[in-house]
Amino acid sequence: MLRPMPRMPSRLNRTEMSMRDKIWQINWSLISVLTAISCIGFATLYSAAQGSLDPWALRQMVRFAIGIAIMIAVAMVDLRVWMRNAYVLYGIALVLLIAVEVKGTVGMGAQRWIDIGFIQLQPSEIMKVALILSLARYFHGAGMQEIGRPLFLIPPLIMVFLPAAMVLKQPDLGTAMMLVMSSGALFFMAGVRVWKFVVVIAGGLGIIPVAWQFLREYQKKRVLIFMNPEDDPLGAGYHITQSKIALGSGGLFGKGYMMGTQSRLNFLPEKQTDFIFTMFAEEWGMMGGLVLLGLYALLLAFGYAIAMRCRSQFGRLVAHGVTTTFFLYFFINTAMVMGLVPVVGVPLPLISYGGTAMLSLLFGWGLVMSAYIHRDVPISRRGISDD
Amino acid sequence: MYHDNDRSKMFSRRAMILAGGKATLMGALAARMYYLQVMEADKYAMQAEDNRISTRLLAPPRGLILDRNGIAMAVNQHNYRVMVVAEQTPSLDYTLDALGRIISVGDGERARIHKEVRRRRSFVPISVRENLTWEEVARVEVNAPDLPGVVIDVGQSRFYPLESLGAHILGYVSAVSEADLSGDPLEELPGFRIGKGGVERIYDMALRGRHGTSSLEVNAVGRVIGELERKEGEPGVDLNLTLDMKLQEYAAQRLGDESAAVVVMDIHTGDVIVMASTPSFDPNSFNRGLSGEEWKDLSTNPRSPLSNKAIAGQFAPGSTFKLMTALAALEGRDITPEMRVFCPGHLQLGSIKFHCWKKEGHGAQDLVSGIKNSCDVYFYEIARRTGFEKIAEMARRFGLGAPTGVDLPNERPGLIPDKAWKKRVLKDVWHPGENLINGIGQGYVTATPIQLATMTARVANGGFAVVPHVARDLIDEKTARGRPAPNWPSLEVSRQSLTLVRKGMFGVSNEPGGTAYRARITQEGMWLSGKTGSAQVRRITMRERETGVKKNDQLPWKERDHALFVAYAPEENPRYSIAVVVEHGGGGSAVAAPIARDIMIEVQKRDLARIAEGGTSSPPPDLRRF
Repeated sequence: MLRPMPRMPSRLNRTEMSMRDKIWQINWSLISVLTAISCIGFATLYSAAQGSLDPWALRQMVRFAIGIAIMIAVAMVDLRVWMRNAYVLYGIALVLLIAVEVKGTVGMGAQRWIDIGFIQLQPSEIMKVALILSLARYFHGAGMQEIGRPLFLIPPLIMVFLPAAMVLKQPDLGTAMMLVMSSGALFFMAGVRVWKFVVVIAGGLGIIPVAWQFLREYQKKRVLIFMNPEDDPLGAGYHITQSKIALGSGGLFGKGYMMGTQSRLNFLPEKQTDFIFTMFAEEWGMMGGLVLLGLYALLLAFGYAIAMRCRSQFGRLVAHGVTTTFFLYFFINTAMVMGLVPVVGVPLPLISYGGTAMLSLLFGWGLVMSAYIHRDVPISRRGISDD
Repeated sequence: MYHDNDRSKMFSRRAMILAGGKATLMGALAARMYYLQVMEADKYAMQAEDNRISTRLLAPPRGLILDRNGIAMAVNQHNYRVMVVAEQTPSLDYTLDALGRIISVGDGERARIHKEVRRRRSFVPISVRENLTWEEVARVEVNAPDLPGVVIDVGQSRFYPLESLGAHILGYVSAVSEADLSGDPLEELPGFRIGKGGVERIYDMALRGRHGTSSLEVNAVGRVIGELERKEGEPGVDLNLTLDMKLQEYAAQRLGDESAAVVVMDIHTGDVIVMASTPSFDPNSFNRGLSGEEWKDLSTNPRSPLSNKAIAGQFAPGSTFKLMTALAALEGRDITPEMRVFCPGHLQLGSIKFHCWKKEGHGAQDLVSGIKNSCDVYFYEIARRTGFEKIAEMARRFGLGAPTGVDLPNERPGLIPDKAWKKRVLKDVWHPGENLINGIGQGYVTATPIQLATMTARVANGGFAVVPHVARDLIDEKTARGRPAPNWPSLEVSRQSLTLVRKGMFGVSNEPGGTAYRARITQEGMWLSGKTGSAQVRRITMRERETGVKKNDQLPWKERDHALFVAYAPEENPRYSIAVVVEHGGGGSAVAAPIARDIMIEVQKRDLARIAEGGTSSPPPDLRRF
């Protein structure tokens, strides 16, 4: 299953697939793993509300159901359609990002979302998916020689840093970093030479002192506190200190479901969102944490298998891009709650309470599934079947 | 196609590199989990418990203070407080308005409550008013449905039901100050009170008891979720005093408005049966909080109600001191009991004339009649012969010049002067005339009423160094355990000398012409023997002697003599000693002796009644020395 399967019968190797074919191709194993992880989330949210579906668990379930439906719908859409509309989606995401920026400055402070009724949409979340699509499209048409030309890399770099700068200005350091890092992975996968990364990273390190000036006071403080959390046990370091206490006191097997004292007694901040991993690991211990880590690893393996199995560069890049973004989510989140990286507002994917991240992630996995369903569909340089 | 194949291979290669990187990072996560949850688990588990569990101290009830017959002198009273929990009120002002219609809530209180509510978490109850009456409590309870957020809380406060009676012995309790901190965790409790005077202070540790603890589960903001464990403390030890409050009440009444003190003690056991100092004060007023005016009244009153004159009032003992002069002269063999001194009304020493209180003189006096008549000239003469050094030594043996060691704070030592003292303090030599003046208890000599009562007890019990005390069960102030029964050391004074002095004292009160004959006890078996004293507090000038010495009632209060009387009773088998000092009261025989007589009658009546019931107050056989 994880290795690329032997070539499927030739009838799949077609430009056009019927809906029936596509439904037949839905990867239920992938959906099972996503559901398993989300169920851990429901259970933890139920415990976070001290044994109540309200206010988090039930709404999270509803969102998951909607998300799965969207995911299947996205998977049904031909991969070429996504490729053709990649720049359009990117354009829409960028406009929305500008819109919240303008509205945010005029309106109430650091507003990052647009209210569209049942959900508050964060343009930065849409951008994560749109950026993967448009970069994948850009590099899909590129040959090795083109990629070797530095000038060729200017447009995708603008594509990355324009939204990243805007997100950073919101200010949302975590999302900006994720945009840059997942794009970096995509550049790497597209074949950009390693020395170019070295140059960019060296340049990036060079401008850190300049960038430091642009960080907000609380962001600076978080970085400083990260360096030494014990300096300020009741102030900004409180979060991370309490998180470590909760994790550590969970021990090997945990305190038992709904019995985590740190979370139940509110010593743990944001236990239903950013610090939900801590709560889970307090109640289920290291064993629970490893099981969850294993499920995430399984999901990554699916993503990689699909990416490698894809015939088109676009499909490969999208599948790998989504997988990497997903990895960044859970790595940054868990590393943060364990005190390995500074506190940044990155949720634990599929588990933290919150609609936008859940929907954008499932949307992304929908694209991965679409890449899986259309794995044998060859796509020309310009996004049209060139069989 | 070649091209695409090339890209595909590179993709796979690089995917492997990135996947490897991700696997490494996930390995780092797992390692971090292992570090936090296995290697450091114990440390964090402890910190989580520290977070979760808050240990609170439970204050034990303070020990009661009872008199020798079990009459309550200090008790703990429920202190009903009305509290408000801000978060349970629709609005603080609404609730305070509603409460204000039921019990009075002042504007000042309101401001304080608002201030405290802002300072504390919203679930912490804030005291609105303390010491509610029953009626007020009932009114609040009945209206509870209309008073959201209002709770009635019961605390404990100290109450002294006898009010000013025995106040000086009891002392009072008040908040802990920085200087009082002894390391007892109870002292950290808000609202905890410790003994600040009297036996409340001396026996504070025993009265406090030991704290209990309650382990509470609290959440991050400190709200109590539930109690995990409770360990009750030990209540304070009840303290029984040797005082008899019925007699105390009688004595206080008998002293009336005078600035005076009386001490009655058991000459064998040292039990202090009465210790009154007037005027007194109500210790409850310290608990309530004194107004500025009340405090000013108490602290500036010339009759100093706050001071326990029985142990802290130092008075010239006057003629009561002659007992010491007599004993010193007899024991030093400077006189014989039969030796006579002629009193013409004065004694000439060098160029100075020393006057007797009786201008016309007493004629020939021996030891017994000298005491009976309190003849100054007789004592001038024997003091001159003996020298004050020996008299001072005798006085100290009988408990003067140093604190007696009674179990009360702030006891003063009085003063028995000598040559060394005069040289050290006054930088002067001892003049021969000072032997005479100090020998009759004037001059530098001072004593407290309890010292005088102790001195008299030691004379009456056959010369044993009895020490007075007010705690009946003789508990050690530190360990709260019983002290060994006293076995008073002998003062090494011959029985003959004591018998002679006591014969003189018998004459004072029971023979016609004795200075206290008019204040004798006539009831059979209750006779007392005593010694009067009138301590002069002003200098009588030559001119005044010529024109006639002014009588006390012609003088302003501050210039009148102190009236003193010491006595023991019953004469046959002495049991009690008494010392009465009336500050600026006038003459000892006219003022102090009648008071002593009346009190001693009451004391002996109570005692006889108890013996008739088969009580336990008769002395242990080995202490019956006479």
